[in-house]
Amino acid sequence: MSAHAPAVQSPYENTGVPDGKLAIWLFLASEVMLFGTLFTSYIVLRTAAASWPRGWDVLNVPLATFNTFILIASSVTIVMAHAKAAARDKKGFMLNMGLTVLMAFVFLVVKYFEYSSKFAHGHYPSTSIFYGIYFTTTGLHGIHILGGIAWNLGLMWWANRDGWDDRLFIGRVEYAGLYWHFVDVVWIFLFPALYLL
Amino acid sequence: MSEHAHGHEEHSFWRTYVFSVDHKVIGLQYLITSLLFLLFGFTLVLLMRWQLAFPGQPLPLLGRLLSPEAAPGGVIGPMFYNQLGAMHGTIMVFLGIVPLAVGAFGNYVMPLQIGAPDMAFPRMNMMSYWVYLPGGLLMLLSFLLPGGAAQSGWTSYPPLSVINPGQTMWLVSMVFLITSSLLGSLNFIVTILNMRAPGMTLGRMPVFVWAQFVTAFLLLLAFPPLEAASILQLMDRVFHTSFYMPAGLVIGGQTTPWTGGGQSLLWQHLFWFLAHPEVYVLVLPPMGIVAEIIAVNTRKPLFGYKELVGSMAFIGVMSFVVWAHHMFLSGMSTTLSNFFLVTTMIISVPSVAVLTCLILSLKGASIRFTTPMLFALAFLPLFGIGGLTGLPLGLTVTDIYLHDTYYVIGHFHYVVVTGSLIALFAGTYHWFPKWFGRKLDDRLGKIHFWGTTVAMNGIFLPMFIIGMQGQSRRLYDPTAHLHNLVGQPMHVVSTVSAFVLLIFQLPFIYNFFNSIFNGEKVDSNPWKATTLEWQCPSPPPHGNFASVPRVHRGPYEYSDPAHKDDWLPQDAEKAVAPV
Amino acid sequence: MVKALENYGWFLPVQASDFAADIDRGLIIIHWAMALIFVLWGIFFVYLLVRYRHRDGHKVERSHMSLAVSMTPDVAVLGFEILLIAVYAVPSWSRMKITVPPAEGAVQVELMAEQFNWSARYPGKDGKFGRTAPDQVDFTNPFGIVAEDPAGADDVVAVNEMRFPVDETVLVKLTSKDVIHSFFIPEFRVKQDAVPGMALPVWFKPNRVGEYELTCAQLCGVGHAIMRADVKVEDRASFDAWLASKKAAEHADAATPAAVEQW
Repeated sequence: MSAHAPAVQSPYENTGVPDGKLAIWLFLASEVMLFGTLFTSYIVLRTAAASWPRGWDVLNVPLATFNTFILIASSVTIVMAHAKAAARDKKGFMLNMGLTVLMAFVFLVVKYFEYSSKFAHGHYPSTSIFYGIYFTTTGLHGIHILGGIAWNLGLMWWANRDGWDDRLFIGRVEYAGLYWHFVDVVWIFLFPALYLL
Repeated sequence: MSEHAHGHEEHSFWRTYVFSVDHKVIGLQYLITSLLFLLFGFTLVLLMRWQLAFPGQPLPLLGRLLSPEAAPGGVIGPMFYNQLGAMHGTIMVFLGIVPLAVGAFGNYVMPLQIGAPDMAFPRMNMMSYWVYLPGGLLMLLSFLLPGGAAQSGWTSYPPLSVINPGQTMWLVSMVFLITSSLLGSLNFIVTILNMRAPGMTLGRMPVFVWAQFVTAFLLLLAFPPLEAASILQLMDRVFHTSFYMPAGLVIGGQTTPWTGGGQSLLWQHLFWFLAHPEVYVLVLPPMGIVAEIIAVNTRKPLFGYKELVGSMAFIGVMSFVVWAHHMFLSGMSTTLSNFFLVTTMIISVPSVAVLTCLILSLKGASIRFTTPMLFALAFLPLFGIGGLTGLPLGLTVTDIYLHDTYYVIGHFHYVVVTGSLIALFAGTYHWFPKWFGRKLDDRLGKIHFWGTTVAMNGIFLPMFIIGMQGQSRRLYDPTAHLHNLVGQPMHVVSTVSAFVLLIFQLPFIYNFFNSIFNGEKVDSNPWKATTLEWQCPSPPPHGNFASVPRVHRGPYEYSDPAHKDDWLPQDAEKAVAPV
Repeated sequence: MVKALENYGWFLPVQASDFAADIDRGLIIIHWAMALIFVLWGIFFVYLLVRYRHRDGHKVERSHMSLAVSMTPDVAVLGFEILLIAVYAVPSWSRMKITVPPAEGAVQVELMAEQFNWSARYPGKDGKFGRTAPDQVDFTNPFGIVAEDPAGADDVVAVNEMRFPVDETVLVKLTSKDVIHSFFIPEFRVKQDAVPGMALPVWFKPNRVGEYELTCAQLCGVGHAIMRADVKVEDRASFDAWLASKKAAEHADAATPAAVEQW
């Protein structure tokens, strides 16, 4: 976002889309390329593989299903956080954003138990291509979750300081939401690809 | 995300020169850093050139300074040679030319040309430099690690790159560089879309801005696949996953820790999916620079503005579907090769169109042979050689013979050195007065020009000859093969020319640093140019323009008969009647 | 070996396979075309520089030629390229890289690259390759030929040297043990990467008796530059005699176990 941003007093030619929104969409485009590459690699490696385990035999589908619902729920709460921010309801915003962060933590904790049960059974990234893909993609997704947690916590911290009345605040909440939806969508692809197919 | 820092309050030294958010300071940081990296990368190749011309002879002077493992008795060892090769390529491409073309020229000139006070995200701009610098330093530091630097070529083909020492640092450093260019490209696109001065429609943007715009998209969309590929390679190295490792590898008689099941060709596909657009990242901004300089020094509008811009955009799109022409002989489906043959031939057409437009711009002109113009003009035939020699490489059948020979090395060095680098020199001479308010010395500039262009041809022309003789690239000692013996004198010519090239960079280096302080002072528009960067003071103050410029016309209104001067700036109020 | 130096001059090496003439024709046509384009273009360029140099009294002409006319070089280049693709590249590529010749009647060779050697295996009189197993691989048995398999008993293995009979189609099965290498015989104009995990077919018909050189064209590690092999093309009788002598030498080696144990 910039001083000239949303429409009104800007002397600059622009697309009418705020800088920050443009940037987040471009960033997500590059993220699509990143995860798209990993998915393509997955397809290529799997197609050529001599054998491929069935996800539900080796991975914990109930836990992952639980995690899927957690992420979807957190996408709902972040939308509500945005709505509350737009309605200038600070308490509602903090509550919903807090819930989003909490659920993101729950997701990671569940993931931690999934990982440690794999390690306990002697399954490491090097065990097979399947586990390599599993750990790499979910690990990278986990890092994105961490990024989202940091971003959302940062917004809550900023709201408590002087951000709440900043005219850029609502936009940043929206971008956090866009990012969070993207992280959610990546999981929606990962879940069937690894666990169900 | 951050706000424009329009404030004129006094900043500390650190905020002004080191952690500055001003696009001009960041541009100059990129400029100096990437020029130093270029010099370093060039030094590496000088060591290699010595070994190629005089295999097994101890390096004079430097030989004694190198560690005994790298160069026993002052003779470069094969492992060190491979490190030099991999690092030369990596440094020149990722730390030299791209940051120079995009980070330095793009950062400094593009916002000025569209009449913006700064980039859309100044702090992100600063971060992009401060991610690039440690990434680059890590790359250099890897020479000092046990095992040395990466030694599997800048292309890093697995399984070699997975089993060779040094590669981990390369991959980590690449993640830094990719992040840096991601931040940069986001910023460029948003700036160009949202920060244009009133009246600066897309159709009035200078060609250089268009080149940066297309380039930014290439960086944005082509780098993430390399990031993903690098992550996979890092996993293979650190956690012994087998993404690129097929089953049953036996290395040096030993079985390996990799369980197998992967494919080494996967890396090649992902790598070239980045690296071919990357070639156009290396080439498009220099084309834009040449277009600017030709317009200024011909004193007439560029020929075929729309054709130029359209061609560059088309090149940008097509560059995503030609990658596998690097892989005709890789074991990839040979039927698929025909598809990439066709796309490759298609992409050559817009490149021809760009060169045609630039050369036709000379017709009817009044050509001023200034130093930047000399470099820009040299770009045309020399880049032409680079383009033409791509033809037998892009054609599947002739590529069978020429693939991975010195012909390839000659080809892409003509594109990137006598093409891009020459254009970047042109840009340096052209915009230096804007950066520092002083001109580079013209006499030294001409010495630099003639010495440089002649020496560059002396280096790269012989490579076509030894390539035709069938000499493979990346050979530590070419004379180990019978079929290379005849061509060996060509390596000597090439090496001598490389040292001549080094000598002719000395006047440039002196000229550059001396002129910052002692160069001839010039006014804000010494070339009498029309684009907006010349309509503000040199160097531009914080915020660039005293008031927001209003753009009334296209970028190259030279020699308008209805105007008193032979240049009509984009933001000048009205054409003044002739006197 | 010095004799082999006569195969190399300042341009392309001698043509020693049936692909060579075809590839050279393309190379020469393209380079003449490139030279023609460059020279015409260069003359025009120099003319423009001289004719339109800045001087007193010289006026700029702002008018441009039509865009359509300026497209001529693009169209010419495109036409030339389409022609090259249709008449030359696609059919020749198909002959050299897509249409694998039948194994029957061809001289079959298994060629395995490793850091930094080329090992060739010929099937012997029975025309059949013996079974191999990874655990059988050692320095005297680079392919890991299983001793119990009768088909492998007459297999001939040669390291860093190989011979082909003249005027017969050779069908190579190219593999790699460790990293990517590239099989390149300049005189044959034949090149193909050897990729671990893949068995790639390569074929050619040597048509000139002589001594040539196989080289690795893909960076494969510290010894990349010394990874070469001698290639000899000779008449059928000499070729058979060589195979027989290789087999005999192998048995002689096996009879002296000391030579093996040194490894």
